[in-house]
This record gives sequence, structure tokens and C-alpha cells, in this order.
Amino acid sequence: MRSEYLTYTQARPAGRKSGLHVGCGAMEGAMRSDDKVCTETGIESSSRGPGCSLRHFACEQNLLSRPDGSAAFLQGDTSVLAGVYGPAEVKVSKEIFNKATLEVILRPKIGLPGVAEKSRERLIRNTCQAVVLGALHPRTSITVVLQVVSDAGSLLACCLNAACMALVDAGVPMRALFCGVTCALDSDGTLVLDPTAKQEKEARAVLTFALDSVDRKLLMSTTKGLYSDAELQQCLAAAQTASQHVFRFYRESLQRRYSKS
Amino acid sequence: RAAGRKGTVEPLEYYRRFLKENCRPDGRELGEFRTTTVNIGSISTADGSALVKLGNTTVICGVKAEFAVPPTDAPDKGYVVPNVDLPPLCSSRFRSGPPGEEAQVASQFIADVIENSQIIQKEDLCISSGKLAWVLYCDLICLDYDGNILDACTFALLAALKNVQLPEVRINEETALAEVNLKKKSYLNIRTHPVATSFAVFDDTLLIVDPTGEEEHLATGTLTVVMDEEGRLSCLHKPGGSGLTGAKLQDCMSRAVTRHKEVKKLMDEVIKSMTPK
Repeated sequence: MRSEYLTYTQARPAGRKSGLHVGCGAMEGAMRSDDKVCTETGIESSSRGPGCSLRHFACEQNLLSRPDGSAAFLQGDTSVLAGVYGPAEVKVSKEIFNKATLEVILRPKIGLPGVAEKSRERLIRNTCQAVVLGALHPRTSITVVLQVVSDAGSLLACCLNAACMALVDAGVPMRALFCGVTCALDSDGTLVLDPTAKQEKEARAVLTFALDSVDRKLLMSTTKGLYSDAELQQCLAAAQTASQHVFRFYRESLQRRYSKS
Repeated sequence: RAAGRKGTVEPLEYYRRFLKENCRPDGRELGEFRTTTVNIGSISTADGSALVKLGNTTVICGVKAEFAVPPTDAPDKGYVVPNVDLPPLCSSRFRSGPPGEEAQVASQFIADVIENSQIIQKEDLCISSGKLAWVLYCDLICLDYDGNILDACTFALLAALKNVQLPEVRINEETALAEVNLKKKSYLNIRTHPVATSFAVFDDTLLIVDPTGEEEHLATGTLTVVMDEEGRLSCLHKPGGSGLTGAKLQDCMSRAVTRHKEVKKLMDEVIKSMTPK
């Protein structure tokens, strides 16, 4: 998966690859951004050290031409593509008189969307509703479309991160940014952050949280498996520490994108 | 009089006046549940059934057991297939037709609760490895929607499963057909008793338990905790909404523990009253 992504970027014209200048449509926050994060904060890239650490992540914004905002978020081998249309016209049956109507569409990699996708769409939509300032755009619709490109664990967290970056790219007003973090607890209680698909399958419990950027409050949570109350608090604390890395990455990739140099 | 009129014109302000006094318009405290009643075994055509009323919210669960071939990747497991139906009867916001989002989310939630809390060991449903297994179709139908559908559905499912009696099945070696002995029935082995407790978040700070339909509409977020008798959590379902701190979550956990005791007591009483003397 990673190598496929690399060949995709190299296929672009040579001038774009440097990722500079406001004139270019697509800014490559990808390679540069995460390299910088790696050296500064010491997040492991390919192999994970003991304890809690996140996989290598990368983000690219403004890569699609039709949506108002788009982002691709990669976490290890998991990658999700998000597009945001809005604020746009809304059907009279769905309009809310004082707020924007938020819609989320999640398409799996293979097959047709089913009940599980509907459930995830509701989770992502309610998370976005808590942060998007819908009152500034009443009687409009904001649609977030997510396409799963590859799934290698922590899919819901990756979808949340991609949705947040796409909303920022579209310029939708928000009161805070949000990020998704997944924790897996295995049978002897060890905590693993950002688990791979194999670790998720072998884990006793998998917990996914969405945290906001202002005061790290819990916006959304969904869990699988059995765990105790103390383990929940432990996972939540670990997720809050990990979210700081993700928010710092957001800030740096946006700074890089809008810097004039 | 003025309060009544304000309830329809400015519902949020109306509610805030009550919340300031730490109570709600229907007279409940912030941590108080509505009157819960349960009626087990009311549907004679189903293998197990239960009707649960949480205040006005009414959910009926019927369980039917049928034969099926076990999945190829798990030849010694049966199936438990839940389905939540929110018909137009229960509320004016549901139309007839394919299941809407609310019904699909509730169905997924119940499927997750069954899977995570391991109410039934799927191996218990296997009759003959690789050839025959039981599949339990659990149909939950809401008859009256007044908020807190998830708690009512979880309770109805648990009560119905406790009521299910499966006949003894033997595979005849000569004909290789299943022989069902309807006279000899046995109850399912229910390993854990998960109980759901739902909260609604108001104005980002206040947590109230067991929201009614109106309160759910005005709330800025909801949270559902599913706990079993040993204090283990099988589900922490918080679909977005305002943020919560770790301390607030702790309060929710302790309320969920007390609710579990209440529900278990109620169910044990009902089951005891049903066993023939």
C-alpha cells in the first residue's frame, strides 16, 4: 500500500513535487510534513517501539477538483479519501431553519454500504455536528463523502481525521478541530494505540475515541469487546496524550501549506 | 398556565427552568429512571418473548428459533440475528418503507451488544458440527417511541432470551435427518446479563438519565453505557455531541452500576413469579 502511494505522487509533473507556491492547486503536505513530525517528536515511522506510539501518518489536501474541500489521510497502511461539498443547496424536506444540515456518506472499499456503514456514518456525522458552526449557514447542506481506499486497522479513526482535514480544506467554520484515536486492549491488559488489522482481531477490546482540540474532551466513543471501568479511563488518558501529536501534525501541515516561502 | 404555553413556544428555556431546580417537567430527579415494567412470555407463537415498558416507551421482542447450516469458517457455531423495527405506529417521524437510519443504528447497536457481551456462547447453539445449528431470529418492534429506545431494546432482548426454550434435537444416524422432540425443552444458557443505561447531555454540562423523546430532541448529545453484573463494560456508545470529561464519565459508570442492580432485581422477580410451583 505504501509503495503504491509513492508511485502515485511521483507520477505528477516534476514541478509540483516540490510542493511550494500558492499558485499550485495541490499542496503536498504529505512526505515533508510527516518527515518533520518524525524528527521533532520522535514518532516511529516503520517499526513501532514498545509502549504507546502511533503509526506513521500523512495527509494530503486539495487533491480533488470538484469538491469544495478534500483530503486524503494515511495512517500506516490504512488510507481514507474525504471530500466536502458545502455549504450548498439543501432539499426542502431536509432543511433546518437555523442550522446547516450535515450529511455523511461512507463507502466501503468493496461491496455496497450496509448497516455497519450507516452506524459509522451516524457516529461521524454527530461528531462533525458538535464542532461545525452550523448556525452561520442556516438552510444549507454540508456533505462529507468518505471513501475507504485501504483498510489495515483503525479505520474509523482514519475516517474522522480525513473528515476533519477535508472540512478545514473546504473552509467550513468550526469551533474546534477533532481527531480519532483507536486503542486495543489485549488479553493481558496491555494497551496498543493505533492497532493494525491483525492486532485488532487478536485484541480483547478495541476502543475508538474522537477528541476535540480545545480541551481534549471526549466527543465520540464506540467500543467493541469487554473491558473494565479502570481500563476505560486508562485508554482515554492514553488517547488524550496521543491526540496531541495528531493536532500538532494538523497544525504543521496547515502551516506548511499556507506559508509563503 | 404560562409555563404550559412556554413549553411549546420555547421548549429549551422551559426545560432549563426545571433543570435549574434539579428536576424535570415530569417530576423526576436528574438521575431517576421512569417506571419500568416487563411482561415475559406473552407471545405464544414465539419461542421466547418479552414486552418492556420504560415510561411510555414500549418495545416488544420475539425470538424464533430455526435450523441453519453453520458458517463454513466456524462450523461449531450457531447464529443470533437481531433486527430492530421502528414502524410508523410508534412515532410520526417514521415512514413506512425500508428501515431508516435510526432503525439501522439500533439494529447494529443490539448486534454489537450480543457480540461483545457474549450473552450466549454461540457454540451452545450448535447441534451437529458442520451440519446443523440453531439460528435465533430476535425481532424487536417498538410500539411506542418516547425516547431511550436502546435501553428498552437491550432489556427486552435479555428478557426474551431468558424466556427462550429450545426443544431437544437428535440427528438420526440412519436417515441423517433431525428429530425434534417438542416435549423435552430446555432454557438457553445465558452467561452474562448486560444492561444498558442511557444519558442525555444538556448545554454541554448537565447529564440526565433516561431521556424522554422531547429531552432527546433538545439534548446536545447522548451517551449509552452497557454494563454486565461484574462491572465490565461491553459498550460505550457516544455518537458525537458535546464533549465529556473523564470525571463525568465516572459519574455515568456509577449510575450504570446501580441501574444494573435495579434491572436484575426486576427481571429475577418476574422470572420467579413465572416458574410453575
